[in-house]
Amino acid sequence: MEEYLLKVDKVQTVFKTGKGEITSVEEVSFQLKPGQTIGIVGESGCGKSVTSLSIMRLLGKHGYVKNGSILFNGKDLAKISEAEMREIRGNEISMIFQEPMTSLNPVFTIGNQMMEGIRLHMKLGKKEARNYAIEMLNSVGIPRSEAIMNEFPHALSGGMRQRVMIAMALSCRPRLLIADEPTTALDVTIQAQILELMKKLRSQSNTAIILITHDLGVVAEMVDKIIVMYAGQVVEEADVFTLFDNPKHPYTKGLIGSIPHIETHQEDRLISIPGAVPSLQNMPTGCRFHTRCEFATERCLQEQPNLIQLDETGEHKVRCWLAEEEAYVSRENKEVFV
Amino acid sequence: MFQYIIRRLLIAIPVLLGVTIFNFFIINLAPGNPVDMFVNPNMSAADILAKKEALGLNDPLWEQYGRWMGSMLQGDFGYSFATYEPVLDNIAARIGPTLLLMGTALIIAYLIAIPVGILSATKQYSFIDYLTTTFSFFGISIPNFFLGLGAIYVFGIVFPIFPTGGMTTLGSSGGFVDTFMHLVLPAMVLGTAIAGSMVRYVRSSMLEVLGQDYLRTARAKGLREFFVNNKHALRNALIPIVTIIGLEIPLLIGGAVVTEQIFQWPGLGQLTIQSIGSRDYPMLMALNFIAAFTVLFSNLLTDLMYSVVDPRIKYN
Repeated sequence: MEEYLLKVDKVQTVFKTGKGEITSVEEVSFQLKPGQTIGIVGESGCGKSVTSLSIMRLLGKHGYVKNGSILFNGKDLAKISEAEMREIRGNEISMIFQEPMTSLNPVFTIGNQMMEGIRLHMKLGKKEARNYAIEMLNSVGIPRSEAIMNEFPHALSGGMRQRVMIAMALSCRPRLLIADEPTTALDVTIQAQILELMKKLRSQSNTAIILITHDLGVVAEMVDKIIVMYAGQVVEEADVFTLFDNPKHPYTKGLIGSIPHIETHQEDRLISIPGAVPSLQNMPTGCRFHTRCEFATERCLQEQPNLIQLDETGEHKVRCWLAEEEAYVSRENKEVFV
Repeated sequence: MFQYIIRRLLIAIPVLLGVTIFNFFIINLAPGNPVDMFVNPNMSAADILAKKEALGLNDPLWEQYGRWMGSMLQGDFGYSFATYEPVLDNIAARIGPTLLLMGTALIIAYLIAIPVGILSATKQYSFIDYLTTTFSFFGISIPNFFLGLGAIYVFGIVFPIFPTGGMTTLGSSGGFVDTFMHLVLPAMVLGTAIAGSMVRYVRSSMLEVLGQDYLRTARAKGLREFFVNNKHALRNALIPIVTIIGLEIPLLIGGAVVTEQIFQWPGLGQLTIQSIGSRDYPMLMALNFIAAFTVLFSNLLTDLMYSVVDPRIKYN
């Protein structure tokens, strides 16, 4: 079996506040092979962004990874020194952010911001770095790239800025690209262009991608494997076909049910999951989804389910008592009938 | 850009005109008049009247104003009532010391305020932050005359390191070292006082910028925290600080009235106090005119500075 590029194991990320520590994300585990694309989905506030920022170690002054490990190329990103981490950031792992409108510094030219990372990691001279940056801008389909180098971000549209961000993120040929809702702030036609661009670049350079989104449509097109997160935990993990054909967690089912289809009749209503993600300060006991789950039982209120494997290969995992019991029953039946 | 500057300069003309009218009448509202200041018991009432007549003080106010305006437009600010010297000569002799004192004070203020403000913001709620916030609070709330007197007592009397007044040692020819020694106390007093409020501005401006998305982008590139703070954050934080700097340019000319008085600094501030005391109308009018001109000019300069520090701002 191939070596994993990234192995996230039972990561718990906490934020220090005036009232003590608050756990934002816990028991998040997943693996990623080189060139593979994984999607992380879930509502706002589920810990998707915190997970990705934990990998980049950009949690700010108050956040840190308290437990678990993030193995990248055999190095534990949660333990290495800040200097080592800086070597990796923007070089081996880079990131595209959700808001292209505010992610570029308004007072520096595109060229200046592009060349910063290139000169830092690739040790190029000023002129070479400039030429390389222009080349990168061309590769993400920016017209008049030489003139754009001298423009300030405010002169560019949202789609163009996101292209600049992608060019910037990919310039040092990272082995892992984290895209945190890269298309959320863009209109639909630009969304499609940006996704196409990411696909093209992935096939060219064999970069592994973590795609964070709340848009299942985007994930379905792009990724090999999906992780569904709810309230700071992974609740289901499966390859993209299994997840859409045979979702096990009620939350995943709800998410899939809420996607509009072209064939949907006008009278049919889309499914919505009632309520909202619980806040970090008052997480429900037992299964965190039980407050919004129509199948919740007494057990769901009391005990927290574990992430269990549903098949022999271990590719499909779910965190739900119902699914666990179901699996247990079917395994029993198999034993009886075989 | 050029058109914009021309337009701004044209708008400045009526403003300056208004300021001179306003000043002229306000000055004349003050009780007493210049002649009272050099009356002595041997002068008769007729002498005083003749003196007033000679200075044109018996004419109606609007006529006096018109006369002042007329000669001012020809570049003539008249003669001082107190020294009988041309007003401009007097001001020219005073402007150098004031620029030297205030320039040094502002440089001291920025050298303290910008690094301390950045440090205080990047280490928000730390011991250093509380310490600087407390000191800046002292800087803001201790009046200059008190700080000045304190400095004279400590560094002039208890530890007689620095001279306590004037710009050069009496009887000496001055020179760089002598002037520098005289400059230290007043410049430090003014500089630390200005720094007190500046630190607060820099701190809050930095704090506003520190949470921005583009700093996360800069960190994601693998930049050192030093560059993130001092290149990416500071450049944005400077935009509002430019306003504050612009507001302080007029201080350069107006002089620090109180501090110059305490340290006997021969600058414009001291001249202003003396001229008010002797109701020296031509001198006061000229000082006010220069102050008004500087304010308008530095406002224009501030607006132009914006387009330099913030590429999003363009004047057409």
